[in-house]
Amino acid sequence: MKTCLVVDDSSVIRKVARRILEGFDFQIMEAEDGEQALESCQKLLPDAILLDWNMPKMDGYDFLKALRRLPGGDRPKVVFCTTENDVAHIARALHAGANEYIMKPFDKDIVEAKFQEVGLI
Amino acid sequence: MTPNDYEFLRKLLKDRSGLMLSADKQYLVESRLLPVARKAGLSTLTELAQKLRAPNAEKLIVDVVEAMTTNESFFFRDKLPFEHFQNFIMPALLATRANQKRIRIWCAAASTGQEPYSLAMVLKEMSRQTEGFRIEIIATDLSTEVLEKAKAGIYSQFEVQRGLPVQLLIKNFSQVGEMWQIAPDLRAMVQYRPLNLLRDFSSLGMMDVIFCRNVLIYFDQATKIDVINRMSRLMAPDGFLTLGAAETVVGLTDSFKAVTGRRGIYSPNSAASGPAGGVLKFTHPPIAAGMR
Repeated sequence: MKTCLVVDDSSVIRKVARRILEGFDFQIMEAEDGEQALESCQKLLPDAILLDWNMPKMDGYDFLKALRRLPGGDRPKVVFCTTENDVAHIARALHAGANEYIMKPFDKDIVEAKFQEVGLI
Repeated sequence: MTPNDYEFLRKLLKDRSGLMLSADKQYLVESRLLPVARKAGLSTLTELAQKLRAPNAEKLIVDVVEAMTTNESFFFRDKLPFEHFQNFIMPALLATRANQKRIRIWCAAASTGQEPYSLAMVLKEMSRQTEGFRIEIIATDLSTEVLEKAKAGIYSQFEVQRGLPVQLLIKNFSQVGEMWQIAPDLRAMVQYRPLNLLRDFSSLGMMDVIFCRNVLIYFDQATKIDVINRMSRLMAPDGFLTLGAAETVVGLTDSFKAVTGRRGIYSPNSAASGPAGGVLKFTHPPIAAGMR
């Protein structure tokens, strides 16, 4: 079973994402911000990370840069999932090593399409 | 809606668009046509059916046909046909058309433009290989309303996120408020025309590639055979037909044969003959009447 770390400061978003991704047979872990996510990845790297941008303590962009510097940190497929819906943010995310980008609001079809795109489904 | 009204609508849609509705599709008709009825100031589908039976109902008939035949589309739908297009169809045609340097592609049910623009994006990615070639994408659909949207090339955030890799999004689209518009160079690659597949489409001229996906499933057997056979007469002998995942020519006609190892791709069957088969009446490349 593949693992996915859902990183978002909104418990509602985490719950929605969990429900969608469990439907695709992912084992879900959760983190409320970039710091928690980084601690989690230092213990165990997931196969996929669904990542919010704006979060307290450490945002998604700084987390992604830190993740990619970890040993093996280039392995997880990172899909941003954010309200930052403009070309500049998307370009920055890709430059920092994101594999795909979901613009909120999202639904099951979009998550499925993006995870398929990066070979996670 | 009475059974009589449903039968009337089924026959109207079959005659006008080829759309075959089974007896259990009443819910679909209700969900799609109630908004049409309300727009026309009518409150029930029975009233709509009455109005459609009356003389001078042509405009309303067009609205009904468009509402029933407009189908959801998304970029790079099913992915595989576009991989075949890039890795198999185009390399084959670039080799065989090395002298004439011209390739014509027909999207037979273009809907809101996602399919022709997906092909245009593939071709743009192949621009080094296609340099010096004149490549036309002719995109047709029954519905003039969807063609207007296709021409504008403006899509919602939801639409650009289904099937379109984010790299292609930022490379080929610009933001217009909350919407995304496809780049002018890609829009310029596609010519849109209204066209009913039930009618004569020979004026489109010869084609090297036909994408006809997720349309035939709505037709009865006789209509499928007729459309496929007429397509075979437009097709270059070494061209390719791409059908939807749930569609096939096998068991319908011998005018095309499946390409081995390329699911959903068919090539003209040069052995077929006779009025029901793929009669290859043209030699390539005639410039047929009606071509721009």
